[in-house]
Amino acid sequence: MSNLKEKILSSFLAFENEKDIDSYVHSIRSKAIKKFESEGFPTKKLEGWKYTSLKRTLKYDYKLFPSQKDIIDFKDIQDYLINDIESYKIVFVNGKYYSNLSETTHEGMDICILSSALTQSKYDLVIENYFDKISKKDGITSLNTAFSHEGAYIHIPKNIQVDKPIQILHFSTGENESLMFQPRNLIVVDENSQVEIIERYQSITNNNVLVNSVSEIYVNKKSNVKHYKIQNDKKSSSLIDNTFVSQEHSSSYNLHTFSFGGDLTRNNLNIFQNDQRIESTINGITIIDDEQHVDHNTLIHHKEPNCTSHQDYKGIYGGRSVGVFNGRVLVEKEAQKTNAFQANNNVLISDKASINTKPQLEIFADDVRCSHGCTIGQLDNNALFYLRSRGIPEKEATALMMFGFANKVLTSVQNQEIKSMINKIIASKLAVKIGFDL
Amino acid sequence: MSKYTEDDLKKELKTKQYEYGFYTDIEADTLPVGLNEDIIIAISKKKEEPEWMTEWRLDAFKKWKDMEEPEWANVTYEKPDFQNISYYSAPSNKPKYNSLDEVDPELLETFKKLGISTDEQKKLAGVAVDVVIDSVSVATSFKDTLKEKGIIFCSMNEAIKKHPELIKKYIGTVIPKTDNYYAALNSAVFSDGSFCYIPKGVKCPMELSTYFRINEAGTGQFERTLVIADEGSYVSYLEGCSAPSRPENQLHAAVVELIALDNSEIKYSTVQNWFPGNSNGEGGVFNFVTKRGICHNNSKISWTQVETGSAVTWKYPSCVLKGRNSVGEFYSIAVTNNFQQADTGTKMIHIGENSKSTIISKGISAGKSQNSYRGLVQINSRANNARNFSQCDSLLIGNECGAHTFPYIETKNKSSKIEHEATTSKIGEDQIFYCNQRGIDTEKAIALIVNGFSKEVLNKLPMEFAVEAQKLLEISLEGSVG
Repeated sequence: MSNLKEKILSSFLAFENEKDIDSYVHSIRSKAIKKFESEGFPTKKLEGWKYTSLKRTLKYDYKLFPSQKDIIDFKDIQDYLINDIESYKIVFVNGKYYSNLSETTHEGMDICILSSALTQSKYDLVIENYFDKISKKDGITSLNTAFSHEGAYIHIPKNIQVDKPIQILHFSTGENESLMFQPRNLIVVDENSQVEIIERYQSITNNNVLVNSVSEIYVNKKSNVKHYKIQNDKKSSSLIDNTFVSQEHSSSYNLHTFSFGGDLTRNNLNIFQNDQRIESTINGITIIDDEQHVDHNTLIHHKEPNCTSHQDYKGIYGGRSVGVFNGRVLVEKEAQKTNAFQANNNVLISDKASINTKPQLEIFADDVRCSHGCTIGQLDNNALFYLRSRGIPEKEATALMMFGFANKVLTSVQNQEIKSMINKIIASKLAVKIGFDL
Repeated sequence: MSKYTEDDLKKELKTKQYEYGFYTDIEADTLPVGLNEDIIIAISKKKEEPEWMTEWRLDAFKKWKDMEEPEWANVTYEKPDFQNISYYSAPSNKPKYNSLDEVDPELLETFKKLGISTDEQKKLAGVAVDVVIDSVSVATSFKDTLKEKGIIFCSMNEAIKKHPELIKKYIGTVIPKTDNYYAALNSAVFSDGSFCYIPKGVKCPMELSTYFRINEAGTGQFERTLVIADEGSYVSYLEGCSAPSRPENQLHAAVVELIALDNSEIKYSTVQNWFPGNSNGEGGVFNFVTKRGICHNNSKISWTQVETGSAVTWKYPSCVLKGRNSVGEFYSIAVTNNFQQADTGTKMIHIGENSKSTIISKGISAGKSQNSYRGLVQINSRANNARNFSQCDSLLIGNECGAHTFPYIETKNKSSKIEHEATTSKIGEDQIFYCNQRGIDTEKAIALIVNGFSKEVLNKLPMEFAVEAQKLLEISLEGSVG
């Protein structure tokens, strides 16, 4: 583990030498690597990582800079795209931008890549105002910041309803080595605009891949962002997803996280409500088995009055999988009339699976309505019997009940294509054909 | 209590000082301040303890020296200087008394102020009181009645001498010496405490009760309680606390161990009303207590607590549900006002099949206080059909206080069922308005609503305590409106 850290530290110099030393981000990167040097990778001793150990993930000798670009075709990745709809696509292969398969734009808005935004002067203002402003300065985020140079860059100016969804896709391909990536996304949505974003990290190889991504999302006044994270990677890949969302007056942010794949998945989600009348909704479905490990770590920080937040995370755990939910709602003294709700429902379908959940409320204001609920249980045997007595085989009956369990979150997905894609993934994950759409 | 009228409450609210804040001037036999091996040997000697106990203490002290003070709790305070505390203090008018008449009249006066006048309780309440004043028990009543049943209820010190086989067998089995920083400290220096043994199949005919007080200035109180319910027995144990008003912080690090053998039941109730510090947050007691019980097959342990006092509370009465069909319960009301801080909750460790646990926690914060619930529900892989229900409600009065919930839930068994819910809210304006409309002033209305909010837990308290607890709630919240 310490070997990896040393490797990272020594390769930073080489990385930074290639870049423009005078640039604005240079000092940010240098500061970040120092922070990473002192903090290192998180260990189980940290309260936030109590139930998630990175030991298993960090034992590989990750290569930090993949040497050559692999050629991939549309057919290699088409399964991972949502094709039935028109969309903007920002495609990265092994951490590098892949223009052949991408569809970006600069007309009226910027849907492009961070590397060009960091180097071209016309983006300076946005970069200086938004880059690395809300990301946490902990070890793992700092590591990303130190190596941040590529990722999606989306800037939607005032009063624009983006006509089609934006897909951000990071692929990793077939070199015979373990790979580690530090993708960095910056999304700025200005006043009164609206956008839908689909984010996916996918490995096309069976090598060990570790993605440590950071996304900063700025949801300005009256704007509306719908965000979908589809995590259905190969079981040789791990993902540490750090997402930071800053919301302004009357804005709305809506996130769905679907965690089905990957070896270890850690979602660090931080939402900061900076003004009044803000709405944040975060939902999640987790269905995992084998040795998989999914950890949802969420923070909703209510700073001002009259805001709402709604969390609903459902999980189904089989095999020897481990599920973690660590949800924190923080209501500051000024944030009167806050309405915060948090639910975490879990089903264990295997004796070897385990769940650790910790829904926390920290409240400093008196005129608030905050509640959380959390349950752990199993599928109802009577219901199962009912279905089976009507000729539905056990496997399908179980699957039906799982669909029913997750249905509340599924129905809140408004994009039909995404919904049917998720349905398909769940059906294939459970290895059943239920023959109809829910 | 029956004569207590509204006018009395009004008068009390006006004076507003800590009710039990007085200091009895009894010449105390106190050891020099500081903590080292000699002090521990001296404590042990003063107690006329056998050698194995001295060894046990020294071993705990050795381990304590290597431990660090825990910092994870959601409380901030100035850490006590352990070298600046006297670890032993006993009223010097010894030796022991045979009847109440022999007791120092000044001491009897103290009891009266505390509202536990021994003679009255003897007649009316049917409660046997083993009064512990500054660590040494001076009055024990109803011993004969208990003796008939074979129940042993005495001070820890006496038990070490008279029943070494029981002590040797059970002490430190639920809370090991090294369990945590304060438990280790307690194991090294504990001054006295209560010991209770209920023999097989005996249902204890009365509520056993102990009152603790901290009397001598700057004296840390290190109580150690051990309750053993043998197979098929039942006992209800009451513990009430009160300390004189003192400017400097006082430390209380008690250890309570409960052992419920097969088919037995232990009910342990606490009312804690130690000096919470004045309205500027000065003074007050530090309450760092380790309480844990172990349940064997078909047994039940029920913790009920009303926490209104102490400047800093750090307390998690827990149940280890080791046996089949064992039941653990935790009912708690924690009230904080002014600058009080409370980090309290429970741990339910499910090991046995069909084990069940219930957690009901009510937190009320007012003034500038911080009130946290911190609980752990752990279902081990063999605990088939384990069941847990937790409910944590918080009530906020005023916008300078905080209420926090930190529930940890860990499950490794697919047949277990766990439910947890928590809410935080304030007293509704419409509720206050309703009361005002009917001529109940705001302060009273709040007391009324808080009482209703806490009802579920108050109902679990034995009668004698329930009345006192209700009154305590009112007093602790006085001045929190406006």
